[in-house]
Amino acid sequence: MSDKVKVTIDGITVEVAPGTTILNAARQIGGDIVPPAMCYYSKLEGSGGKCRTCIVKVSKGSEKDPRPMPKLVASCRTTVMDGMEVMNITSPEVIEARSGVVEMLLINHPLDCPVCDQAGECDLQNLGYEHGLQKTRYEFERRTFERIDIGDKIQLHMNRCILCYRCVFTADQITNKRVHGILNRGDHSEISTYIQTAVDNDFSGNVIDVCPVGALTDKTFRFKNRVWFTKPIDAHRDCPTCSGKVTLWYKGEDVLRVTARKDVYGEVEEFICNTCRFDKKKTADWTIEHPTHIPDTSVIASNHYETLIPLPVIQDDERLKEANRIELEKTTKF
Amino acid sequence: MSRKLLLEHINVPGIHTLDVYRQKGGYRSVEKALKTLTPDEVVEEVKKSGLRGRGGAGFPTGMKWSFLAKPEGVARYLVCNADESEPGTFKDRYLMTHIPHALIEGMIVSSFALGAKTSFIYVRGEMMPQIRILERAIAEAKHAGFLGKNILGSGYDLELYVQPGGGAYICGEETALLESLEGKRGNPRIKPPFPAIAGLYGCPTVVNNVESIAAVVPIINDGGDEYAKVGIGRSTGTKLISASGNLVRPGVYEIELGLPVEEFIYSDEWCGGIANGKRLKATVAGGSSVPVLPANLSLKLANGEPRLMSYESLSEGGFATGTMMGSGGFIAFDEDQCMVRNTWNFSRFYHHESCGQCSPCREGTGWMEKVLHRIEYGHGKMSDIDLLVDVAKKIEGNTICPLGDAAAWPVASAIRHFRDEFEWHVKNPQLSLDTNYGLANYAEPIAKAVSTEN
Repeated sequence: MSDKVKVTIDGITVEVAPGTTILNAARQIGGDIVPPAMCYYSKLEGSGGKCRTCIVKVSKGSEKDPRPMPKLVASCRTTVMDGMEVMNITSPEVIEARSGVVEMLLINHPLDCPVCDQAGECDLQNLGYEHGLQKTRYEFERRTFERIDIGDKIQLHMNRCILCYRCVFTADQITNKRVHGILNRGDHSEISTYIQTAVDNDFSGNVIDVCPVGALTDKTFRFKNRVWFTKPIDAHRDCPTCSGKVTLWYKGEDVLRVTARKDVYGEVEEFICNTCRFDKKKTADWTIEHPTHIPDTSVIASNHYETLIPLPVIQDDERLKEANRIELEKTTKF
Repeated sequence: MSRKLLLEHINVPGIHTLDVYRQKGGYRSVEKALKTLTPDEVVEEVKKSGLRGRGGAGFPTGMKWSFLAKPEGVARYLVCNADESEPGTFKDRYLMTHIPHALIEGMIVSSFALGAKTSFIYVRGEMMPQIRILERAIAEAKHAGFLGKNILGSGYDLELYVQPGGGAYICGEETALLESLEGKRGNPRIKPPFPAIAGLYGCPTVVNNVESIAAVVPIINDGGDEYAKVGIGRSTGTKLISASGNLVRPGVYEIELGLPVEEFIYSDEWCGGIANGKRLKATVAGGSSVPVLPANLSLKLANGEPRLMSYESLSEGGFATGTMMGSGGFIAFDEDQCMVRNTWNFSRFYHHESCGQCSPCREGTGWMEKVLHRIEYGHGKMSDIDLLVDVAKKIEGNTICPLGDAAAWPVASAIRHFRDEFEWHVKNPQLSLDTNYGLANYAEPIAKAVSTEN
């Protein structure tokens, strides 16, 4: 494979196809060294570069030109060169800049997680836990907007928006009637009502899935439940408009909401249509496959007992085994 | 009297008409370039001249031209950036108002050098009179055969268009300008790809400032080597300086690069000193985006040598004791001006003009503006000063386009050099509302200023 280029990220070398971005190269390695991405969405052409959370330091440009890049670069939009060396979590400069970006993202965010439907599966929440400060240094009024209903199924809560433009790209991709979804400038920018015209489309519900925060929420699920009390199950149906591959979110026997299947980076695998998302909320509509795999780090995983296997140390020690008898029985029961 | 290359005939009555402009030797460079030179030779002349971009960054124009990709069968464009909106800069407007043909002549020669068949002048929306003037001038030039098909029988075709913008500061950033020119929202693009590879409509494009393009005319007329003799070191040629603020004679001046700052401010040939017999407190040397300097560092380098109006000398000492040439918007502040208020004013501008695309700039500019407003109106805290430094640092270098840097530098530099004044504002909230800090030690000899640095 001579057409591959070598890139080293935080000391780990990987061979990727030319034209791959640093972020995607890091995703091929996986783990902690993957920069967080709030606006980049691999399924949406042209996305990325805006939120600046994925910035990394390029300490060596390439084999041919070993000079480091003068500024931190957005890894989602910078392509790798042969021999490039990238520092992400190993560079204090990057960590500091990233926490600065997270602080900036949060200063106008209402932090209303206790009443936000996105809580528990919110990228900004995760990012805030990882990089945010305990206390804000911002002592002014946050910008506020009126809530807007985009059609009867989606609600736009602009206060929470971090202007990642993902929904704009989604709307661009699913309809050609829309021109742009942002009104105004600077911190007055808002996702505009133009996007309402895009709602007349079978795939408009996908803007909910791509939204990294709780700015675009599903009105059929609004305030129904916290996501970590629901159980995600992969299912499919024979849908004439989309792939029909979804995740059903159960509470007891009821399907509370339907979303597209998301990968480990929170990106949907395949966009689904509005019929699947909003109208098919009975178990009978679907062919159930299996419980969705949720990473252990997610709060949603707290209801998933397959990961609750007692630590190896308990399995070795007779005394501890006896004390944890109930937990050990569970591992075989479920 | 120093040499004038661009504004030589500025006072000739009717110079804005083609006839008078021709009488004064106008369009000679078009004839010379199209009839005797090849496009590559024109680029070579500009390279030899050492001309550096007059819009702010100071990148060598000839080198920028030589980076232009030239794939077969793909159109190339030259776009003139006349979206002059930097606070303190008004040289391009002056040039376009009075000698529109200088720009058009430069556009023809530059487009010929780059092989562009269609070129655009993107003018800031507020400059409607200038747009009309340019359009009239283009019509005249076209009538005289300098534009259109087969110019001067050389077989070269060029169409020149004027496009009014919407008046956004951000559209002066080259990729935002191209977006706006394409009819989209003026958000800067993420680079790479650079416009030289994929610019307007995805085709290779060169974006140059009005003054850079107009400077091509004397370069072709007299030759690049001749042009390079004017100026000092790597800062060749002449530069238009928009002088404003508390000066006796503010206005647009054409200087030879290398003129001492002190002479520029105090000489009767130029600004004639500070108005009303006041003393100089601070200067902004290149438009609102560049670091502000106290009087002592404006006139002298940190080592005591005189500071010159050139790219190198102004940036001597980095950001600790230097500033930048920028776009040549020279603003002088006298002892009655409040640096906190001025910084707040600049910051308010950047807050208003941030496009809102990337997070640090969108949120950070507003944050700095609010904190500065608080200090200026007597509600500040000591910790605010360090907070501002930190926020400025978090914005700088982490944004898509240079607007973030431009917003951070004036704030960071004002605190670096005028920290006393900020602290005075915080300590005397009531007093600072109706009096100001005055000149303090900002005009004292350098040694003192450097020791306060440490």
